[in-house]
Amino acid sequence: MSLFDIVFYGFALLTVVSAFITVTTRNIMYASFALMFAFFGVAGIYVLLNADFLAVTQILVYVGGILVLLVFGVMLTNKMTKVDIKTSVMSTLPSSIIVAALLGTMLGLFWSTQWFNNGIQKQQIDTTAKTLGQLLLTDFLLPFEISSVVLLVAIVGAALIARKEKPAETTESQ
Amino acid sequence: MNSDILKHVMNVDLSHFLVVSAILFCLGLYGIVSRKNAVMVLMGIELVLNAANINFLAFTKYGGVTIAGQAVAIFVIILAACEAAVALAIVLNIFKMFNTVNVDEIDALRD
Repeated sequence: MSLFDIVFYGFALLTVVSAFITVTTRNIMYASFALMFAFFGVAGIYVLLNADFLAVTQILVYVGGILVLLVFGVMLTNKMTKVDIKTSVMSTLPSSIIVAALLGTMLGLFWSTQWFNNGIQKQQIDTTAKTLGQLLLTDFLLPFEISSVVLLVAIVGAALIARKEKPAETTESQ
Repeated sequence: MNSDILKHVMNVDLSHFLVVSAILFCLGLYGIVSRKNAVMVLMGIELVLNAANINFLAFTKYGGVTIAGQAVAIFVIILAACEAAVALAIVLNIFKMFNTVNVDEIDALRD
């Protein structure tokens, strides 16, 4: 059992346990913090998969951006005066049965399939940032440009949807 | 036989990463279908997207000769950020309209 395996099991345990807490706890703030640790665990798994740039991006975007956004959402949609930060669940038993069946199927498939058992030696890439940048500006140029437009539209659309519509209401009522 | 299985479990290769991603995917799916709060549903969606990304990167390391899978994973992260922003804006709007974010109580298409 090499160091790679031990580190993998550590990160895998962190990810799975944190994700489990995220989806089972009743307290939304606990779920947010558990989600943060799950994101960190996934970033560690990215590092083990030779994806250093992706790991840094994961921490920057998910932990620094999406998670903060989710926490903002939690705080803005809960009545802070009366402490109502707990949430309830619905149809727990049927959903857990279906998800467990799906999980069993996927685990059986993934574990029993002989993946790439033809002796291909895995290459070790030093850093991926340079190669990724070249890929983004050659093979993936069109998705790259489209994603910039998508980001712009998402920013403008989110601001437009979430803003207060006070002026529009006053003009409508006249 | 038993030590064979133990060796397979100990030596981390592609299927280990796939198993972790499958567990993460199913946990996220469970969060999506069993939670009432819309923000918790969004957290489940983020878990599912992370599971998909682990799959992309695992197949990039163990299967491919290029790292095109990592470029695809970048686009997944970009779309996840867009989705979180827009979805939270919609959730805030729903909260302003219905004064709740429980997805089972929101059943009116208009005022």
